[in-house]
Amino acid sequence: MNTIGWPNFRSLNQEGIVFAIAVVLFVAAAIGLPGFIDPNNLVAIVRSVSVLGILALGMAVVIIGRGIDLSAVAIMAMSVAWYLQLLNSGTPDGLAFAYVLAGVLAIGLLNGFLVAYADVPAIFVTLATGSFVFGYVRSQLITQDAVPVPQGHWVELLGGLRFLDIPIEVFVFAGLAFLLFLFLRYTKWGRYIYFAGDNPVAARNIGIPVRPMLVLRYVLSAFVALIAGLLTAASLHSINTRVVNSTLLYDIVLVAVIGGIGLSGGRGGVRNVLVGAALIGILLNAMTIIDIPLLYQNLIKAAILLGAIIVDGIINPRDEQTAQQGDI
Amino acid sequence: MSFRERLQSWRYNLVPDHLVGEILTKRWTDNAIPFLALVVTLATFGSIIPGFLKLTSLQESTRQLGEFSMVVTGMTVVMLGGGIDLSVGSIFALSCFSAVYVFFILEQSIWLALAASLAAGLVFGAFNGYLVGYLRLRAFLTTLVTFIFGRALFDILVTTYAADVQLSTATSDVLDFIGDSTFWGLSVSVWLAIILAIVTHIALTRSRPGWHVLAVGGSRRSAHNAGIRVRRTVFMTYVFSGFCASIGGFLIACRLSGAGPGTGLNLEIMALTAAVVGGVSLGGGRGSVIKGLMGAIIVLTMTNGLIRLGYGTGTNQMVLGIMLAVAVTIDIRWLKNRHKVLNEVYVAPVYLRMGATQSAVPGSGTPYELDNRLSAADHIGLGELEGPEDVILDRDDNLYCGTRHGEIVRFFAPDYVRSEVFAHIGGFPLGLAFDKSGNLISCVGAMGLYSVSSDREVKRLSAETSRSWTSIVDDARLRDPNDCDIAPDGRIYFTDSTKRYDAHDWALDSIENRATGRLLVYDPKNGSTKTLLDGYRYTNGVCMAHDGKSLFFAESWACRVHRYWLEGPKAGTAECVIRDMPGYPDNINRASDGNYWMAWLGMRTPSFDLSLRHPDMRKRMTRRLPQDEWLFPNINTGGVVKFNEKGGIIEAMGDLTGGAHPMVTSMREHKGFLFVGGILNNRIGRYKISGADPNWTSPASYWGAKS
Repeated sequence: MNTIGWPNFRSLNQEGIVFAIAVVLFVAAAIGLPGFIDPNNLVAIVRSVSVLGILALGMAVVIIGRGIDLSAVAIMAMSVAWYLQLLNSGTPDGLAFAYVLAGVLAIGLLNGFLVAYADVPAIFVTLATGSFVFGYVRSQLITQDAVPVPQGHWVELLGGLRFLDIPIEVFVFAGLAFLLFLFLRYTKWGRYIYFAGDNPVAARNIGIPVRPMLVLRYVLSAFVALIAGLLTAASLHSINTRVVNSTLLYDIVLVAVIGGIGLSGGRGGVRNVLVGAALIGILLNAMTIIDIPLLYQNLIKAAILLGAIIVDGIINPRDEQTAQQGDI
Repeated sequence: MSFRERLQSWRYNLVPDHLVGEILTKRWTDNAIPFLALVVTLATFGSIIPGFLKLTSLQESTRQLGEFSMVVTGMTVVMLGGGIDLSVGSIFALSCFSAVYVFFILEQSIWLALAASLAAGLVFGAFNGYLVGYLRLRAFLTTLVTFIFGRALFDILVTTYAADVQLSTATSDVLDFIGDSTFWGLSVSVWLAIILAIVTHIALTRSRPGWHVLAVGGSRRSAHNAGIRVRRTVFMTYVFSGFCASIGGFLIACRLSGAGPGTGLNLEIMALTAAVVGGVSLGGGRGSVIKGLMGAIIVLTMTNGLIRLGYGTGTNQMVLGIMLAVAVTIDIRWLKNRHKVLNEVYVAPVYLRMGATQSAVPGSGTPYELDNRLSAADHIGLGELEGPEDVILDRDDNLYCGTRHGEIVRFFAPDYVRSEVFAHIGGFPLGLAFDKSGNLISCVGAMGLYSVSSDREVKRLSAETSRSWTSIVDDARLRDPNDCDIAPDGRIYFTDSTKRYDAHDWALDSIENRATGRLLVYDPKNGSTKTLLDGYRYTNGVCMAHDGKSLFFAESWACRVHRYWLEGPKAGTAECVIRDMPGYPDNINRASDGNYWMAWLGMRTPSFDLSLRHPDMRKRMTRRLPQDEWLFPNINTGGVVKFNEKGGIIEAMGDLTGGAHPMVTSMREHKGFLFVGGILNNRIGRYKISGADPNWTSPASYWGAKS
């Protein structure tokens, strides 16, 4: 590559740029914004991106395998909402959790099956299942938009858990990130995901079980969404299903894409998620401190995502020769 | 017949399996599923909601339909071009706001509001188009992000100006007119949507830019190679989508006299679902505006119906999600597997028990016994010819034959060494005949009945007959015209071997063994073609009897020869004169001694005869085995048989060495020689017939001595 006199863009990759921007932003915010550098605020930043980061980890695995999961937020919010609704209506905890777990895995399996075996593009499948999950749970299983956590339940206790004054979700995020890092980097199955994402046909030809692994990724993503949902409910003592219609989903994609995980698959890793999460966390926190209204924050985030996708399109251009007809 | 065989014959001869395959070949099956869904949806909601189909209720819901179907039309065009536009909801909302802002806040004229609305849509669409078309970003994600961007912008604008709009006192008759009035029961928006749909439909199907969109969607790379400006075409589809969404936004601004946070919410997933449910294919190239509209009606009926039925929040999303998932899956599976399914179900074998036959083995003492005489034939054009199915000689002794390259080759008398391409027709020229004025008439496989004049002018005589009302497959088309002969009055009698397969798929027809062969007549006086007889198993050779009052025709897969009467008491009827031959008959021609020559293209085998009694086995065979391993008629051995007017067999000859004429599809007697052709052979044979009239020629036999 790059033997014909072009400057070596590889050394100047997206992850590096984003990391540099994050550092610059951090320094600028530390200097310019009162209270930004305060330890409590720093913990708040990490905490605020924990759930986002966990969701982005799940999304990252799917994207590396050349897919996308637009149902993540719906699964996150609706599974926990249903769980809490079951608890509030007196279902035994174990049974309720079993129901919810089964439901989450079923949706993951459905996503994976439709993508892997029915060859339906992932974006359509997950858009449809996301819509379905939200609609079904909202209309059939729960009675109002927000469902509170029952008094004294373990989810509530989880939210109060601190270690070294740092809330538990930060550790969960760190733990999951580390596990995923080990999985992607050091296990056979982790490497297979890269192969399958880089060139699914070749991966299949050399004997990698591409389709079962595709299913597995969507199941994994759904499961990660459930964990993220539980942590959200733990810290807020309730779950608001309106989050499904918010821009959270696009924030997840933003974290993954802006960190440098190519949407065409096969590239990136946990580090990219961390870098993306850092940038978004600093950005959101800074915007909140400056007191930019939420609506404008959305606009800014959308603009950044648009920029990230354009840059992604330029850095990882689509290969016209191998691009499938109908790959939209 | 055993009970098992009787059951098989009922099962496979009475159940019309073949119709499934024939229906699947129809393009309209693509439309059938969405149409059925539309009917079912309307019927369901019409029956469970009282008054759902009443005029007043329809007026209210169709108003919404007008705006929505415009958005869907734009989405359809983008999808036909191979893209997708998820930002339509944002464009819709922003256009609506633009109109509201110009009209209510700036208090300008409604036309300026329209202009602002359109400008917003076009600019937004152009932005999408630039990103997706020129920068070649992924359509789905890119428009998803522009959708969020537009939505965020709209939310800011709406919250900022909502109060001002409320306080505005601007009114306009035009606005009220667009928003409220109706023509013949339909509101303005519906009329506009109909006009837009018609114009778009005509543009897509009848204009160059429309074809370019379909070409790009059908195959981007091929379109590029064909010189279409792919990027600009893609760009224009998004601009068009923006245009459509902006008109929709303007109309809703007129109808609601304002814009709210709910304007255009969830519109993108609704429009996407509508297009996909209607049958517009993801990935482009397949679909139409009409399909999009069908989808729009289905989706709107569903969502409105559910609201009217009182289902709570979220039901819409649930139903949309299910519809989208199901429709996308069906679309993908259908597109991927349609031809596979078609291949699997198209061949629908029938049961047939062939009658016992006499042996053709040398020394068996039957009239059919074959020998090696044809191996002694001289060869003409060895290695130069490919597939001389039929051969014929003119009055000047020149020899003509068709080839698989679609040509008619002429070999010059007397030694038949020199040759030339007499005429190029195309297709695969099969049966040949000379008419009274010396025109060469040919049945061209896959094309029709053609005439080549002596100065080589090619003219099509007939390519179709009348369509029968009960046939699903188009039986007006001549798929496999095989042989022809000409009656004294000039009418051309010819066969069309099968209605269900193209000429080169004759082996499939033999395996299916369905009786779809026809005898037709072409009348040169008025150019009409008529079907005389139908329902034979591969009609093949035709030969006018010596007296011109009847004709013989061969029924290959049934190993029979029939006589069809043109005159006399039996005029218009056919009778079987030879049955249960050991070989599959092909062309029939006159012999000098008042008898007839018949070619055998192959020989019956006990194994294939047995398989004809097991249609289930043949069906499994075509589905599960590769073509090379199919059992079909043996065409490695054939021969020439002479029979008399009554159907009695006089003699048979063949080439059992297989060296020169293993299979024979045609033979023509001329001045004491027999010229032998074979559709899979690479030569024409010339065989000296002992005891034949050395002066007899076929043209003279048909049309008298040279005048």
